[in-house]
Amino acid sequence: MKELLSGNEAIARGAYEYGVKVATAYPGTPSTEILENVVNYKEDIYCEWSPNEKVSMEVAIGSAFAGARSLVAMKHVGLNVAADPFMTLSYTGIKGGLVIVSADDPSMHSSQNEQDNRHYARFAKVPMLEPSNSQEAKDMVGEALEISEEFDTPIILRTTTRISHAKTVVETGEREESEVPDEFEKDPDKFVMVPANAKKRHPVIEERMNKLEEFAEKTSLNNIEWNEKEIGIITGGVAYNYAKEVFPEASVLKLGLTYPLPEKMIKDFAQEVEKLYVIEELDPFLEDQIKAMGIEVIGKDKLPVTFEYNTKVLRDNLIKEEETKNNNNEKVTEDLPKRPPALCSGCPHRSVFYTLNKLGVTVTGDIGCYALGVVPPLSAMDSVVCMGASIGNAHGVELALGESAKGKVVGVIGDSTFMHSGITGLLDIVYNKGASTIIILDNRITAMTGHQENPTTGKTLMGEDTPKIDLAELSGALGVNSVQVVDPYKLEETEKTIQEELDKDEISVVIARRACALLKSVEIKKPFKVDPEKCINCGQCLELGCPAISQGDGQAVIDDYLCTGCEVCVQVCPVDAIIKDGDSHE
Amino acid sequence: MNKTVNIMLAGVGGQGVLLASEVISESALKEGYDVKKSEVHGMAQRGGSVVSNVRFGEKVYSPLIAEGEADILLAFERLEALRWINYLKEDGIIITNTQRIDPLPVANGKVDYPENVMEKLEKTGHKIVSVDALTAAREAGTQKAINTVLLGALVNYTDISSEIFEEVIKDNVPEKTIDINTTAFKSGLNSV
Repeated sequence: MKELLSGNEAIARGAYEYGVKVATAYPGTPSTEILENVVNYKEDIYCEWSPNEKVSMEVAIGSAFAGARSLVAMKHVGLNVAADPFMTLSYTGIKGGLVIVSADDPSMHSSQNEQDNRHYARFAKVPMLEPSNSQEAKDMVGEALEISEEFDTPIILRTTTRISHAKTVVETGEREESEVPDEFEKDPDKFVMVPANAKKRHPVIEERMNKLEEFAEKTSLNNIEWNEKEIGIITGGVAYNYAKEVFPEASVLKLGLTYPLPEKMIKDFAQEVEKLYVIEELDPFLEDQIKAMGIEVIGKDKLPVTFEYNTKVLRDNLIKEEETKNNNNEKVTEDLPKRPPALCSGCPHRSVFYTLNKLGVTVTGDIGCYALGVVPPLSAMDSVVCMGASIGNAHGVELALGESAKGKVVGVIGDSTFMHSGITGLLDIVYNKGASTIIILDNRITAMTGHQENPTTGKTLMGEDTPKIDLAELSGALGVNSVQVVDPYKLEETEKTIQEELDKDEISVVIARRACALLKSVEIKKPFKVDPEKCINCGQCLELGCPAISQGDGQAVIDDYLCTGCEVCVQVCPVDAIIKDGDSHE
Repeated sequence: MNKTVNIMLAGVGGQGVLLASEVISESALKEGYDVKKSEVHGMAQRGGSVVSNVRFGEKVYSPLIAEGEADILLAFERLEALRWINYLKEDGIIITNTQRIDPLPVANGKVDYPENVMEKLEKTGHKIVSVDALTAAREAGTQKAINTVLLGALVNYTDISSEIFEEVIKDNVPEKTIDINTTAFKSGLNSV
């Protein structure tokens, strides 16, 4: 059957069709929808959200050691978190096929960096496949599992945003069941990486790379589309599409297996064509290796290393004659007001950032919706590095500044991010006697990636009930004496609590608990409106940065469609001009 | 049809841009075309500018529409029409909702919403189809149906039949809103 599937949906379908038994992930754009779709096949595939990518990887490794076909998915930076088990997994190899999906995000549509995870394949000495559309994404799950089992290796399936989130036509098929042994087959020489065994494994890995290089020469994953020989192009992944459209007459060596490279095939292709381009997004990963083969190519000397490509990038940089004409439209698009993303109306994080801004403290932030606390007018975030960094960062700022930072440093982290990698940071502050104030923004869900369950929500990915981790009890168990829970919709109480905790000369945790306003279970209350008779146009309510409130003609205006009735603005208005609207929501 | 049709959708997070591009893509597939559609999720969706690319034809490679390549710019808000106009090809058409939604910096009174957006659009020389989708959607029963009104207007400029669109809309909206969305779609269809 022909269906329009995103790359992520196609990978999930591939996991189903090619007999995957266990699939794990921590949500992260652009990878999230893989597991969200695998759960559609939960009769055949066990799947879970793990607390973080390292745990996801370890679960998948265990399952592959036991002999089941397994898949673990994560965004590019997630593989940094999982890199420790991943690097040694290369040494052990597997028993059941194991596919590691790395979803990279060139242009950083929803990421803190645009690292090129193809380097991980070379770094860990494992093979890597890169699909150029959803059909290939689905098919490559099967091919990856076969390569994994044939060569006793984990394998990376690397996608990018325009593969993960682009929908293209896919021919779907039926599930082929895979076998799992009845019991764990002991093989300590292979699976127990004590130094004596690891020493024996490294030469095996080098030998495996040699075999994979031979395989690369003959697999149909790599193929040449012969055409005119004036221009030859070596490419793979999404860049293949842009190359085909801009150079329809060129011959193309399309690499599906992008590590290790087929040296002979590349040399033969290079000899046949007059001019050779290497077209790849981000780093010169293919280019550097091809140049090392002694082949002259045109690549990053003309094409950018930064941001994702499109056909215009190729035309502008490789076809000089066709330099873009002066576009009349350019003038009208100049100086348009930007439309940056913002915390939603009714977002429970808003009042916390409003308060932090008012208190004038230093705020170390973290990864999630609440990174938008940096956007004016809230402007209450001073650092964001990676998942969990807020807590260690807060401690570090305090250490550097000493007395002058006392009572002025706050770390802000979400519930899911705290589960992911905040716990050890908090442990560090307790152990090393820091005195920062950590605010856990507990909105009862993993919100940024579109509402996934996590250990604090009481539900699993497969929809089962499970014990809820209590953040206050957990903080207490980690040794934090001062733990407060506040409702961030209550502005005065929130400010008072944060100030009290800042004043204490010990580590304290404030849990700002209120469900994400977009959760279906959250009741949207009647909207509020501004009484024009009372409004003095002071602009206080606008300082909340709420999308429902705007500057009208001589007074503030509330959009009754966007207002969720959270009442936070009511509390900042100095003249009680914000009142209940009679009209109900649609 | 040999040539690929490029439709760029632009709007504001929460307006239903992604559902609309889903409907166009599914409809094009039903009509027998090769289809690609591309958009971004996550941080990019929180009330900011939202763009979706839909391309269909005999064989489509790139999932993205490059500047100067769009046949149709379907804008859900007039400032967004202006923001993405460089993506239109010379003889490309703009179909735009006349609605104004203030970006946060405007709402906060830090910058002004540009004057005469519609006039600026006219001056570009492109054919402009303006639709008051907000009013039409409210008349149909809910402001949320802005996207189906605009899809109705769009159908007039594609080779895909309105029956296919209607069918796909029914498959993609919540069951209890099918009637509202069908009314909204027809209102858009007849507005042009």
